[in-house]
Amino acid sequence: MTVTKRSDMEIVDYLLRAESDVKEVVKITDQYPDLSIDEAYDLQKKLIERRMDKTKTKRLGIKLGLTSKAKQEMMGVHEAIYGYLLSDMLALEWEPLQQHRLIHPKAEPEIAFIMGEDLMGEEVTAEDVMKAAKYVVAAIEVIDSRYKDFRFTLPDVVADNCSSAKLILGSKMVKPEELDLANIGMVMSKNGEMAATGAGSAVLGHPAEAVAWAVQKLAQRGEGLKNGDIVLSGALSEAIAFDMDDTIVAQFDGLGSVTLSSRYVK
Amino acid sequence: MQQQIISKLTAELMEAEEKLVPVEPLSVRYPELSVKDSYDIQLEWVQKKLEEGRVVIGKKVGLTSKAMQNMLGVNEPDYGHLLDHMKVATGSVLSRKDFIKPKVEAEIGFILKEDLRGPNVTYVDVLMATEALVPTLEIIDSRIEDWKIRLVDTVADNGSSARAVVGEPFYEIDQVDLRTLSMTLVKNGEVTATGAGAAALGHPAYAIAWLANKLADYNISLKAGELILPGALSAAIDIDSGDEVTAAFGKLGSVTISFRD
Repeated sequence: MTVTKRSDMEIVDYLLRAESDVKEVVKITDQYPDLSIDEAYDLQKKLIERRMDKTKTKRLGIKLGLTSKAKQEMMGVHEAIYGYLLSDMLALEWEPLQQHRLIHPKAEPEIAFIMGEDLMGEEVTAEDVMKAAKYVVAAIEVIDSRYKDFRFTLPDVVADNCSSAKLILGSKMVKPEELDLANIGMVMSKNGEMAATGAGSAVLGHPAEAVAWAVQKLAQRGEGLKNGDIVLSGALSEAIAFDMDDTIVAQFDGLGSVTLSSRYVK
Repeated sequence: MQQQIISKLTAELMEAEEKLVPVEPLSVRYPELSVKDSYDIQLEWVQKKLEEGRVVIGKKVGLTSKAMQNMLGVNEPDYGHLLDHMKVATGSVLSRKDFIKPKVEAEIGFILKEDLRGPNVTYVDVLMATEALVPTLEIIDSRIEDWKIRLVDTVADNGSSARAVVGEPFYEIDQVDLRTLSMTLVKNGEVTATGAGAAALGHPAYAIAWLANKLADYNISLKAGELILPGALSAAIDIDSGDEVTAAFGKLGSVTISFRD
């Protein structure tokens, strides 16, 4: 392989075009094998800025990925990753997703935090997260890697904004202290058949621990969570692929349910 | 549409409201009247009311149900302004003589604690900016003859607004699921209609987000302290003298209005 001088904006446009054209692309580390994770976060930041500018959207919050030990081992890493959520990613339970706008989407059941205050710093703990969060809500995150066959290395997925595509929230908002978040059981079904089960502890032992990790990580880049941010704290089970006409329901103990349905609308 | 005609129609609608004599549909007389023209009429009406010393206390979203949208052949909601003289406390008795052909609909009112300015306002932003929810009965009354309204008629006529009857504010918004929050409309002791929060565009807060984003086109924002009505949870019902109508919204409580001669 010839080593090409990296052009950040070329990579960013390459990934954004894959998203807008709904076409999977070859992963970027094939061409830039030396891309570090830190450089991948630089790329992610540029990608988010450009995407917000192009789509006239605003920041909605943060999402975490690789929050389960199983996934980390699969990727051969020891830490989670984060990406950004933008306002046009917020999908609605009462409007089917447009399947033709997605490449090869998968659904992940998650516990979402809605922040009631800003939170920043490398010393932030899970307790701080619980205090700063105003509500927790049942969520389904739709991930849709822009890479061929959902195959990528860690820098690839970070640069691709951690495969973020859509999120759907349930309509029951609960104060975080009212629930034992580690012991929230979750069952996800697809078209009426059980597809996965899990519990809050799947996310780094406790969803608030995962969020605290993200805050610490963000602090290294001078960033943090903002009042009103939605934070997707990580999947409670493996991701389930879906196609048009599928309906996925995730039920959470104490948090109610959230439903995703997908249609081919053109 | 010429400004002259906008002003003429505004004056007509104001007079119809004052004298309680409805006018022929604008859409019949001025087929070329656009939706933008009709909002211009509404805004001129608001301006005139402000000059009379009225105060805007909030806004309302209308046409939030698929059924109503289909009936008027539109695929998006409309909105109107709420002024101080429209606000009525729960338990009040109103005179039938002050209306033309009133109807009543039940809505979950939102009182804001922060301004909301579009674009890109999400329904989660609305929930985070909400101080309280209020059980509300909206009394609508068309200044157009026999409710023969098309979209431009009701928009020009301030969304057919007449009164907003408000109950006690409810502050613990995490205690209700706004999509499944129930609504039971009782008229003279009988259940006349039922519905749930999702009837307002899928989620009442989503209807308000729609409004905040729509108003950005006019450089208007939703303001802290305002009462915002996100749309009816069932079809409107007629109300006449001697009637008592109550809407009960589960944990949110209820709101009642009566009509006398």
